[in-house]
Amino acid sequence: MRVDLFIPCFVDQLAPRVGLATAKVLRGLGHEVAFREAQTCCGQPSFNSGHWDVAREAALRALDVFRGAEAVVGPSASCVAMMRKFYPEVLAGHPRAAEAADLAGRTFELGEFIVRRLGVTDVGARWEGKATYHDGCHGLRELGLRREARALLGAVRGLTLIEAEEQETCCGFGGLFSVKYPMISTAMAQVKSDALVRTGADIVVSSDPSCLLQIGGYLGRQGKAVRTLHLAEVLASR
Amino acid sequence: MSPAPRDRFLEDAAAATADDPQRGFLRGALGGYYASRDVQKARYRDWEKARDAAALAKWTAVNRLDRNLARFEEAFVRNGGVVHWARDAAEARAIILGICREAGARSVIKSKCMTTEEIHLNDALEAEGFGVVESDLGEFIQQLRKEPPFHFVFPCMHLRRDAISELFGKHLGTPPTDSPEELTMIARRHLRDLYLRADIGISGANFLVAETGQVSITENEGNARLTCALPRVHIALAGIEKVIERLDDLAVLLPMLATAGAGQPMTCYNTLYAGPRRAGEADGPEAFHVVLLDNRRTALLADPEQRDALHCIRCGACLNVCPIFKNIGGFAYGTTYQGPIGSVITPHLRGLRNWNHLSGASSLCGACTEACPVRIDLHHHLLRNRRNAVRAHGGWADRLFHRAFGWVIARPRLFSLGGRLFRAALPVLRRLPLPYLRPWLRTRTLPEAAEPSFRQQAKEVLR
Amino acid sequence: MSAARETILGRIAEALRLAAPRPHLSSDVPAGTPAKVGKAWLPEGGDDEEGRLALLEANLGKLRASLVRVPDAPAAAAALARLAAERGWKRLALHRGELTETVARGLPCETWCVDDGFDKDRLEACDAGLTACESLVAQTGSLLVSSASNGGRALSILPHVHVVVARRQQVLPDLEAALADARARHGGALPSMLGFITGPSRTGDIERILVLGAHGPKELHVILIG
Ligand code: SF4
Repeated sequence: MRVDLFIPCFVDQLAPRVGLATAKVLRGLGHEVAFREAQTCCGQPSFNSGHWDVAREAALRALDVFRGAEAVVGPSASCVAMMRKFYPEVLAGHPRAAEAADLAGRTFELGEFIVRRLGVTDVGARWEGKATYHDGCHGLRELGLRREARALLGAVRGLTLIEAEEQETCCGFGGLFSVKYPMISTAMAQVKSDALVRTGADIVVSSDPSCLLQIGGYLGRQGKAVRTLHLAEVLASR
Repeated sequence: MSPAPRDRFLEDAAAATADDPQRGFLRGALGGYYASRDVQKARYRDWEKARDAAALAKWTAVNRLDRNLARFEEAFVRNGGVVHWARDAAEARAIILGICREAGARSVIKSKCMTTEEIHLNDALEAEGFGVVESDLGEFIQQLRKEPPFHFVFPCMHLRRDAISELFGKHLGTPPTDSPEELTMIARRHLRDLYLRADIGISGANFLVAETGQVSITENEGNARLTCALPRVHIALAGIEKVIERLDDLAVLLPMLATAGAGQPMTCYNTLYAGPRRAGEADGPEAFHVVLLDNRRTALLADPEQRDALHCIRCGACLNVCPIFKNIGGFAYGTTYQGPIGSVITPHLRGLRNWNHLSGASSLCGACTEACPVRIDLHHHLLRNRRNAVRAHGGWADRLFHRAFGWVIARPRLFSLGGRLFRAALPVLRRLPLPYLRPWLRTRTLPEAAEPSFRQQAKEVLR
Repeated sequence: MSAARETILGRIAEALRLAAPRPHLSSDVPAGTPAKVGKAWLPEGGDDEEGRLALLEANLGKLRASLVRVPDAPAAAAALARLAAERGWKRLALHRGELTETVARGLPCETWCVDDGFDKDRLEACDAGLTACESLVAQTGSLLVSSASNGGRALSILPHVHVVVARRQQVLPDLEAALADARARHGGALPSMLGFITGPSRTGDIERILVLGAHGPKELHVILIG
């Protein structure tokens, strides 16, 4: 199958290794992987801030960018949720609403794509150590993903998965919320990160790079040794 | 002049989030709730579908609200009750004061009712010289503290037992104790006599049954049962959205209210009142009044996109699971209804301009929506409030920022160039007090950005 | 205040001119009232009489209410007498009724019927209230009491102990059945109070720690005959 990557803007700019790992995992499964360079940002920051007109423009662009793609796969549940759930909302009543619904049906989060669409859980990865998994809220509640990443991590050789307390609690990122209400966002990061650290895991894994920005950023300030890794990075390691 | 709601919110939220022990205490207090809720949910043969049934019951009722209210009124009057309509808080207060005066009343006992908080009834009653006592334990404690409820179902969940013991010592002269049981008994003993002597009982209503003209009241302590049994006159204040169509809708709504909100199979007392004491009944009030309150609920009703916010059965589940609520507590909201549902409806009830900050103060995690037994689209409504606020009175700087952002992301080359510049400048930006970076950097680090971007590498790698 | 009535109903009619979308549901809900379609998704109510009784007993236990099963009315009277003796009751209040009067006969303490002239102070001074009930609900462990059949409103809530005497046939599977049963019994004239009681009075207001007997009875005993 030909898979078109959907790389979140800040992964593109700040964490390209996550994009590379995503490509590697999908190619490892025998798929052709492409990146359409016209893509930029899905428009979520503006959508979440109430500027739906800006988000609508971004949505219309995305319809053009990903026209004809068989499967659009992104290593971010949050950005995928933007495409799948919120593009149809901002384009409700728009002449291209049907196209948005169509794109929604072709867009997948990475773990979701591998487990649900491809029916694979063992991607042949190896990673030695203890890991804990953080569910990003968009994956959990907008996309309904719970078991996918765990199934994939469960098949990684050498990896022990330890579930944390506060498992379904938000990390407090929330996009611009994290800078508009930093005290609340930080308090949430603290609750979440403390629970993750208590597992004694070496790495915190998530399917959402934005959550990792928050958790990693907080742990970094606290001087904690726990590393944060994107699911794709774990799945790409051999 | 008191500070603007938004400024007050920021100040209070900052103070609350800085109080680690108190936040830990709140998390701990809710721990038991999560456990029992999960046990009770597991007893449902299909919780998600049961939520569908509950959502439909309220959806049908609210979308035929005019018809259902008229039916309720007719049946309630047939049962011997009196119905009053109040357009706003002032009208509701006037009606209730009028009833109290006419009954020659002196003392009023109240069972827990958030709608009376909404209209600030106690102040009005006291100003007229009526003695008012809250009988729900949590409300009683909050009344002694002269504080509003912290959580609309668990009014004093922010308090530790020693604070309550001290409070009782000060007001009731009781010796200190660290036993919740003993503290509860102190309140029980104190309030007993007040029930027996009160002239008027004021309650809220959880549901108004259109078909039968009954008022349904849910509670655990028995204080509402006593409030509706002993005084001569019973007044129930209810928002117009409380109406449901059929009596047997309660077979779904009552257990779900209890399970979602408090992790119980059923709340201890779910009581339906149809009028005052009947001939042949041993006791009960001589008169039963219902006051139906609008107070801008119709403004929310007029917004079909968010009309489902009127489905709320005030179970409190959305507060109990909300990470914002758990970290900032109930007082920071500055509203009658705290938590996610409060953030959704307050802008409608009290104005978007002053209350939209509550919609902004959310990471949109969706835990509330997932918990809501009647499937209110809570966190998405926060997004809709934000959109409405931008449309109605967005600031120019904010609009410019997003317009510019939209302009850049529509131009991949420019976006790419911007990205490069950003990465190059990152080491410097870390030290500059820029509006968006500084609040981040105070508590969090930013990743290093040394490598070329993904799009720069993609051509090579994906060849 | 009819101006307010007209204004509010007018505002509502105006608001409802725009239709709201149906809620997002998890499934296609079949046609029917919420209670009818929801029945299959709520907690179970027992498949047969045995199942219902077992469920009721388990649920009452979890609620910290007691259930005593006795073969006949004299045995029920004996069970009540035991409670009275164990707890040293001096006064018990009850309501007129075949079951309650039979069971309270010969009790080793003073008894008083609330129907003989209600007096709240006198009721407050009673150690226990004895009532019948409309039905018992296996699904939730609830009892349904009414002001018409069970001695008014205060008898089942004011005394520190509430004892309910009922017959096995009164155990119904679920809340829907209990509501339907009460409506069938009372026809058009529903009692002025119809209340589900689910366990003894309780509160968690202090640190979310469960305390029984907040304002209502601390103890709830069910004596089931048959
Ligand atoms: S919005 Fe839903 S969860 Fe929140 S209090 Fe209302 S019914 Fe309960």
